[in-house]
Amino acid sequence: MSGGTRLENANPLIFQRSGERLLTAEEEDEEVADPIDDREIFDLIRSINDPEHPLSLEELNVVELVRVNVNDNESTVSVEFTPTIPHCSMATLIGLSIKVKLLRSLPDRFKIDVHITPGTHTSEQAVNKQLADKERVAAALENSHLLEVVNQCLSARV
Amino acid sequence: MRAKRSLTCGLCMMAANGAVLLGLVEEFVSGQQDSKAAETATGVKTGLFTILELVEALGWSLTSCEPRVRARGVQLLSWVLQECCGSLSEKEAEVLTVFYENRLKDHYVITPHVLQGIKALTQSPALPPGLAVSILKSLFQDIHVQSLMQAERSCVYSILLNLMESREEELKKLGADFVFGFVQAIDGEKDPRNLLLAFQIARNILHRGYELGLFAEELFEVTSCYFPIDFSPPPNDPHGVTREQLVLALREVLSGTPSFAEFLLPLLIEKLDSDVQSAKLDSLQTLTACTSVYGHRELKDFLPGLWSSLRREVFQTASEKVESAGLSALHSLTACLSHSILDSDSEDSLHGFLDLILKDCQHHLCEPDMKLVWPSAKLLQAAASASYRASYKITAVVMPLLLEQYNSHTQNAQRRTLLEVLQGFTQRAQGSSPEEGDESVLSGFRQPLCSLVFSALTESSPALQATASRVLTALGLQPGLLSESDIQLAADHLTRLILREEDQQSCSAAMESAGSLAALYPAAFAARMVPQLKEEIFSGPPAEPTEDRSAGRSQQAVRQRGMKALAAISSRHSLIQESVPVLLQVLCSAHAGSGSFCAEEVVSACQSLQQIVEQSQDSEETSRFFHHTVIPQLLGLAVQAALRGGDSTTPRSCLTEERVLSAMAPVVSQACSRLHSELAARTASMAVSFFLDGDLTFLPENNFPKHLQLLNKQPDGWLQSQLVCLLMACVCSLPRSVEVPQIDRLLSQLEELSCTCTHPFSYTSAAKCFAGLVNKHPAGEHLDLLLQKLVKRIDSELDRASSPFRVQTFTLLLWVAKALLLRYHPLSTTLTDKLLSLLTDSELGPRAADGFSLLMTDSVDVLSRACHAHVHIMYRQRFFTENSPKLVQGFNSSPKETKSCYLKALSHMVTSLPRQVQLSELPTLLPLLLEALSCPDRGVQLSTLSCLHPLLLDLPQALTLHLDTLVSRLRALTTSSAMNVRISALRCLHALTRLPDHLVLPFRLGVLRALAVPLDDKKRLVRREAVLARGEWFLLGSPGR
Repeated sequence: MSGGTRLENANPLIFQRSGERLLTAEEEDEEVADPIDDREIFDLIRSINDPEHPLSLEELNVVELVRVNVNDNESTVSVEFTPTIPHCSMATLIGLSIKVKLLRSLPDRFKIDVHITPGTHTSEQAVNKQLADKERVAAALENSHLLEVVNQCLSARV
Repeated sequence: MRAKRSLTCGLCMMAANGAVLLGLVEEFVSGQQDSKAAETATGVKTGLFTILELVEALGWSLTSCEPRVRARGVQLLSWVLQECCGSLSEKEAEVLTVFYENRLKDHYVITPHVLQGIKALTQSPALPPGLAVSILKSLFQDIHVQSLMQAERSCVYSILLNLMESREEELKKLGADFVFGFVQAIDGEKDPRNLLLAFQIARNILHRGYELGLFAEELFEVTSCYFPIDFSPPPNDPHGVTREQLVLALREVLSGTPSFAEFLLPLLIEKLDSDVQSAKLDSLQTLTACTSVYGHRELKDFLPGLWSSLRREVFQTASEKVESAGLSALHSLTACLSHSILDSDSEDSLHGFLDLILKDCQHHLCEPDMKLVWPSAKLLQAAASASYRASYKITAVVMPLLLEQYNSHTQNAQRRTLLEVLQGFTQRAQGSSPEEGDESVLSGFRQPLCSLVFSALTESSPALQATASRVLTALGLQPGLLSESDIQLAADHLTRLILREEDQQSCSAAMESAGSLAALYPAAFAARMVPQLKEEIFSGPPAEPTEDRSAGRSQQAVRQRGMKALAAISSRHSLIQESVPVLLQVLCSAHAGSGSFCAEEVVSACQSLQQIVEQSQDSEETSRFFHHTVIPQLLGLAVQAALRGGDSTTPRSCLTEERVLSAMAPVVSQACSRLHSELAARTASMAVSFFLDGDLTFLPENNFPKHLQLLNKQPDGWLQSQLVCLLMACVCSLPRSVEVPQIDRLLSQLEELSCTCTHPFSYTSAAKCFAGLVNKHPAGEHLDLLLQKLVKRIDSELDRASSPFRVQTFTLLLWVAKALLLRYHPLSTTLTDKLLSLLTDSELGPRAADGFSLLMTDSVDVLSRACHAHVHIMYRQRFFTENSPKLVQGFNSSPKETKSCYLKALSHMVTSLPRQVQLSELPTLLPLLLEALSCPDRGVQLSTLSCLHPLLLDLPQALTLHLDTLVSRLRALTTSSAMNVRISALRCLHALTRLPDHLVLPFRLGVLRALAVPLDDKKRLVRREAVLARGEWFLLGSPGR
């Protein structure tokens, strides 16, 4: 962020990044089918950039492996995320980024549910409602300014 | 009479010349024919007319009352002067200068041509002293520069530059008036081309010591108004002025003198606050540039302001570029303060500045899990690395703090962060090396640092251990810091980590640390580490042989780590002498069957030996050691193993296994390639007489049967014949100057072996050995005869479809073709044509296609530069240009069944070409490669994809025509049945997103739809590539990319 503006939370706690997923022999075997598991979903979202800091959502502990649940057979995914401070104004944007990333990266068959970890944000209900509403998500992505910020969060950092 | 006649003749000619000149002038001035100027100039140059005559001829036009006529006249004169300014006399130059100065007062249409003329005069070496000053005075007085056109303004700047080059003394006598005139002239300049010239003048003024007088501020104002440069050249800009050129030119002006400091520093502080990233970067870089000319007097008033800006940038930035520019500005600022000379009455501003930094950063180091701990550490380290004094002061504060924090925090993650910060400070301490007599800044903390590091090495967290190993290395690299007992303790700790820690990360960090420290303290490592490693390697299997296979596996892993560590520490001869015998002993006991070493461990031992040979510096004593001890022992063991194998009562030694021999060969080959010529010749004759005559006198234990004939056919012969790979390692890697004895006998036996042996490893090694020798064989009739005989044999063998030795013969053909190709031997075409013809062979076709990959790539063990082979640099290009048309033609004319062999060969060939050649050749080959993508052979698909992938980005031109086909072929391959083909195809699709938007956007929707399928692929690795590719295709043409 540029010089003049103050950050909402200038010195947040930093958490350690988990290493790359270790390659197993099964994954290299042509014949074995690898189910989509929690870690795979977590790997999709952990490197999303925070809109304010030059840090990933994982480093800020906004997303955690234990808060990701996937059921490959029933095609459902549920992700809980935790804003760094209870009145964080970026919560909707972060949720939207996670949702868009999953929409782009998972097969159609999945039903994707993204919401705030219960009790960690002042306007939890409102944010969850927005994120669950398909039409509002679609409308948000029509807004080119919002789309730009979301895309920046999803770009690989150079 | 005759003299008179020639005189009249001359007069006539002069009169004639005069008429010609008048004609030229007339046609130029009144006739408006520009070409006449060049003719006139040629006339003056060749001496047909003089300048004086030209002026006389111009007379009427120069005095005409019509300004346009006068302009035309002056123009002609100026053009001619530009061509002939070198040949002017001093008198002419003076007269012309006075004339031109006068013309400056004339009508404005004339001015451009007057300036051209003056510019030409300032280039003349004949300009008399004093005129420079008078030209400048008239220019500054009579011309308002900024109301001229761009070209004329450029002309004025060029005049100034010319005079500065040739008349520096005179201009300096003008004093500050010169600067004042210049300031007025450039005030308001907007053209980037002119700005480059103006900045150059300003730079000259500052760097060459022109007097600024009262005008320092004016000069600053008139240049600093462009800072920071905001310029983006129009597309297709013909003038080629870039933003970087302007930035650098302006920076040299602004940072050119300490007298600008009081104006510049506030400006920089202001611009650092800007929202534009490039402005921030430029300000930081300009600040860094200033520190090389500033002293503490210039800086002292601005230090608090500068510090708070720098701190803000490093604490808050989202850009790595800004951060590193900020850090290097802080570094050079501190260095500048450390080096500047103090007045007797002023206080040391370095201390004040460092206090500021410490005050703001220190407390963040106490919060190791917060974000700001890293920026603070980086700032402190940047300042500390600037000078010994700075490092001393900062270390004195930070070290006790970090030591205390480490002990008061108990979580591994926090401790690791603190240790990593500490590592930064210990490494920085090396950067600011103490001068003679000063001791290391860390020496006061040796005791607590060592105990901290050693305790961290015993912690359970691998990450903590790994960081501690790196800190240990940094401490060890500080000369004289660690005591002998510290080093011994360190060696013990590292040994423990290497042998006992299962974790890959901490083990390899320990190994790396041991490697660096052993090079500095060989004695300690020879005494402490080598014996422990040896004991561990030879410790028997667990006392009670359990069924637990994991215990056996872990013991094997420990042994392998031990051997790796032996290799890592062996860079000094004294250590090599200790470690190599241990590794050789592993081979001995593996052969003897004691110690339960398996083949894999023996392979590791060989790899360690190879690494030791590679990293040993080419010292005489090491070379001798390998010649006398290592090579004979290896050969002896291999022969013993081969001979014992014939006995059916004992189990076969693992040294007869192909993979063990393949690991042993590079050790021999590396060692031989490094021998000095006398030793090399002895090794060669030893090896040859050993293999040909069974002469074993050099072997350590001489209990072999006489008349050993290793290369001849024998019952159960492969055990012995495969040893030919060691012969190859020996004789094919010697320096080219070494003559191999009995070469004819050797070659004929090798030929026989490679053509008639049935054991693949043996006949391939024999073929390679043969090829290696042929490659180095001196050119001449002898070689040609030998090769012709060989070709005949190969031909007759391959033409007999029933022959049982076709594969063998083909192998020999391939390797000899490679040997000749590398040295540009004329016969190589015959052999490659033979290979091309085999592409249609039903039995050998696929092998021949793969052979092209072998021809084009470097082989490791033979025919490489490391083995001193004859290798022409450009052989790949040459081979490609000679053979690719033949391949294309063969592809077009061959029946469907054999087309794939041609494609495979072609794809192999293109893949191994150097990138530059690929780029220039690919446009013509692209259709064929696209064809190869639809060829059903997976190998062809894969090698074509891996060849295309790096090229996609550089070929937008060639691709535009085929993008349609390419995208559809790639889409089809994303559902291939082979996983690595799917992965490569997805990577190529991913790479396409970096082509220009307008090329790929039309495909966006289709590709996104196609990429949705592999998102549900059954393999995770494929899904991962699909996610990456699809994410990028979504971003295409979308805001925020």
